Amino acid sequence: MTQDAIISWFADIGLADRPAVGGKGGSLGELTRAGIAVPPGFVVRTQAFEAFIRALDAAAPLRAPIEALDPADLAGVAECTRAIRARIEECAMPAEVRAAVLSAHATLCEDQPDTAVAVRSSATTEDAEDASFAGLQDTYLWVLGGETVLRMVRSCWASLYSVESVCYRRKHGLPEEGVAMAVVVQRMVDARAAGVMFTRSPTTGDRSVVTIEGAWGLGSAVVSGEVTPDRWVVAKITGEITTRDISDKHIQQVPRAGGGIADVAVADDLRKAPCLSDAELLALKDIGLRAERHYRRPQDIEWAMDRDSGKVVLLQSRPETVWSARDPKPVAAPAANPLSHVMNIFGGRR
Amino acid sequence: MADAPKRFPLPGSMTVAPGTEAAQAAYPYYMQFEPEDDARFWFYNSMHFPEPMTVFDMITAEAAYCALGASNTRVHSLPTTLGIDYRIINGRVYIGGNGVTDPEEIARRTEEFQKRAYYYYANWERLYDQWKDKMRTLIGEAEALPKLSLPEFEPLEHVHAGRGVASNHFLLDTYQKTLEGYFRMWHHHFEFLLLGYGAYMVFFDFCKKAFPEITDQTIARMVAGFEAEIFRPDEEVRRLARRAVELGVDGKFVDRATPDDILASLEQMGEAGREWLKELETSRNPWFNVNVGDGFYHYHRSWNDDLSLPFSALPGYIGRVKAGENIERPFDRLVAERQALIDGYRDLLGTDEEREAYDQMITLACRVFPYVEGHKFYCEHWYTNLFFNKIREFGALLAEHGFLAASEDVFHLSHYELEAAIIDLMTSWSNGSPPRGLKRFHALVAERKAAIEVWSKMETPPALGPVPDIIDDPAIVMLWGITRENLDRWLGADEADPNEIRGFAASSGVVEGPARIVKTVDEMGRLEPGDVLVCRVTNPTWAPIFQKISAAVSDIGGSMSHAAIVAREYGLPAVVGTGDATARIRDGQRVRVDGARGIVTILDQVAT
Repeated sequence: MTQDAIISWFADIGLADRPAVGGKGGSLGELTRAGIAVPPGFVVRTQAFEAFIRALDAAAPLRAPIEALDPADLAGVAECTRAIRARIEECAMPAEVRAAVLSAHATLCEDQPDTAVAVRSSATTEDAEDASFAGLQDTYLWVLGGETVLRMVRSCWASLYSVESVCYRRKHGLPEEGVAMAVVVQRMVDARAAGVMFTRSPTTGDRSVVTIEGAWGLGSAVVSGEVTPDRWVVAKITGEITTRDISDKHIQQVPRAGGGIADVAVADDLRKAPCLSDAELLALKDIGLRAERHYRRPQDIEWAMDRDSGKVVLLQSRPETVWSARDPKPVAAPAANPLSHVMNIFGGRR
Repeated sequence: MADAPKRFPLPGSMTVAPGTEAAQAAYPYYMQFEPEDDARFWFYNSMHFPEPMTVFDMITAEAAYCALGASNTRVHSLPTTLGIDYRIINGRVYIGGNGVTDPEEIARRTEEFQKRAYYYYANWERLYDQWKDKMRTLIGEAEALPKLSLPEFEPLEHVHAGRGVASNHFLLDTYQKTLEGYFRMWHHHFEFLLLGYGAYMVFFDFCKKAFPEITDQTIARMVAGFEAEIFRPDEEVRRLARRAVELGVDGKFVDRATPDDILASLEQMGEAGREWLKELETSRNPWFNVNVGDGFYHYHRSWNDDLSLPFSALPGYIGRVKAGENIERPFDRLVAERQALIDGYRDLLGTDEEREAYDQMITLACRVFPYVEGHKFYCEHWYTNLFFNKIREFGALLAEHGFLAASEDVFHLSHYELEAAIIDLMTSWSNGSPPRGLKRFHALVAERKAAIEVWSKMETPPALGPVPDIIDDPAIVMLWGITRENLDRWLGADEADPNEIRGFAASSGVVEGPARIVKTVDEMGRLEPGDVLVCRVTNPTWAPIFQKISAAVSDIGGSMSHAAIVAREYGLPAVVGTGDATARIRDGQRVRVDGARGIVTILDQVAT
């Protein structure tokens, strides 16, 4: 297996590579290619996962026993999957996979051992975006050192064999052959503030506004709902900030020495202070619009602002699904006589 | 009491303030509430008549509603509404709509409407050009009305020419022509107005549906015309500032110098000074024929009558010119920005079908909107100034002959009483006997002045009578912004945060600063850079002071009011139509103005 089959750098991939790099990896590659700043990184491609699983399968059957499981037999599923996850987390990884990940990690960190990365699972199937498909949320933050990275990559892979994932696949009769997982490894941003952004209103579906939510520290606190973020609505065309809801942000998540993250209290003078300035909001809005234009669809975005440089990067950008799924009724149709529109006001139909 | 159903008082439960009964009775019978009116819904027209109306000034309501009703009911046949009824109590004007609800009647009126209004829309530019000619003619006729005079002897040339009609007759003739012109002007005023607003509202509604979170002011900016006459007065002040610097006379314009002092010193400066004075004359005629209010009160004087407002703006503009700034309105940029807005929102629409409908609506709105912005200069400003000044001339004549203590007192007579006084004077001049009404009019004026004093200190309910389930009258929704939601808000006003004042979001941005309450033009001199202007009505003629302030808050006005338009152009946050900001904010208090949400917050907290 060549290095290229195991590792892909963001700049070299796009959405079309999803089968091999997963949704998250493909999206980060696509953003990189579109010139939108994302923390640099690479994807451990599905071939690496498959090579590992094939090796394990050859040593002792791994996939066949899963296909024989009855999803109603929870105890049976639990026992079987526990054993599989243990094998994935403990058995020797193919040497070329191990070497390729370590080498890419070293390149990513520019050989600085204290460079932190995030390790995130990147699922390959549409089904994987279903909330019931466990493993989706696996993200390991502030990971230090190549060996730890390898451990987290294994954890991402193992998450495909959680009880929930396996039950889901068995219920839907999905073959184990097609199951694969890519893993994203990217530089970690020590965020001064971070959060999410929707390039259409989540409450009204309005396509003319961007809704930005953010809080101090890493975005994980916002995504997990541990802190009520500040919320702004910015008009796309005019840049007017039409809503400002500044909340009491009692905690923030920050890197922990030695790796991982920790909750810490926010200083009193910052709790009720907006975590973004107007200029930062407008810059963020523009980045959101670039992503939207690139994908030609409203986006649901995760963003972070670097503590030192103040630079904004995107950690995720995926199509907005709630409003896009609705059947939009046209607001008005053209009229044979354009004047007849005035009857909307004068005709008494209000 | 919190659980009691909330409703507005009935007209019949309103009492005339003790001691002002005679002044109340001075208003014509057809403006007085009567018991049958309790069955109808009325609202206080604080937008146009925010202060108690003198009995003469009610001619504005009279003439305007006569013309508005004729246009809606008889000329364009608006399908769902006839005209506006109005009443006055304690100096406050209440109005009510006459909706049409019978479907057959609506259908019949719709058929007529499409023959009439559609013709206007289809021929808008030609009819509007013709309208401007009509208005200029009308203004010319008003300007040409003779000066009032009652010479001891009829001029000899009149006698030799065999004119056969003596000077006293021309008092009545001129008076009746003055009234006739004013009533006619209001017909011109409403010739296009509802149709113009209607086309704008069509586009507005579309935008609100397509972009639920779009702000009112963004929609307004998409149809804004930049050539509208109403911008000219401010543009002229800027031009005069530039010319002052070019001519080297700018040193004469210092803060707090009175216009008279400045004019006198320029006169003495020789060539350059006289050159600037010539420039001033060009600007004044016609562009300083703007009054400092909305044209509904005799005491809203014009710039031409009182130069202090434009002159107070000159030092600021001159300072900017000398700093090398270009202060001319960036016309091309404004037009480009408007086009970018129109294109930007168009691109955001979901389908080509919607884009086509959008194009149809914005095209019509942009065609008709120049009238909505432009008519005020001719009607509420230029013509109205001429009208009130002519009445003032009658006041001066009556004062000269002892009917009144001062010419301004004339505005405390009804137009019927004024005609009676004129005929009394004509008779007295003709027969050599003293006028009959001298004592009578002095007493009436004193009584009515006292009543206005009493009334201006009284609160008045925002509405009277039963609240209708829906407000479906396009005239009321468009011109006054009265909606069912507004009424519910008024009814719930007691529960609001005492430190928060809500109004229309007129121009976005958030600013904090000290509030400066400015109730009259004389108080504008107190404004310091960075102040938040808090006033009863803002007006485009106040535009020059917008260079000084950081935000504007007004009691009266909608998001399409000219004040809002000027604030947007200056990029200042503005909240208009708050109802009572001048009463609730104290001078000097720190306030936050959030122009996008329409909220003013008093930061120096008021104890609850």
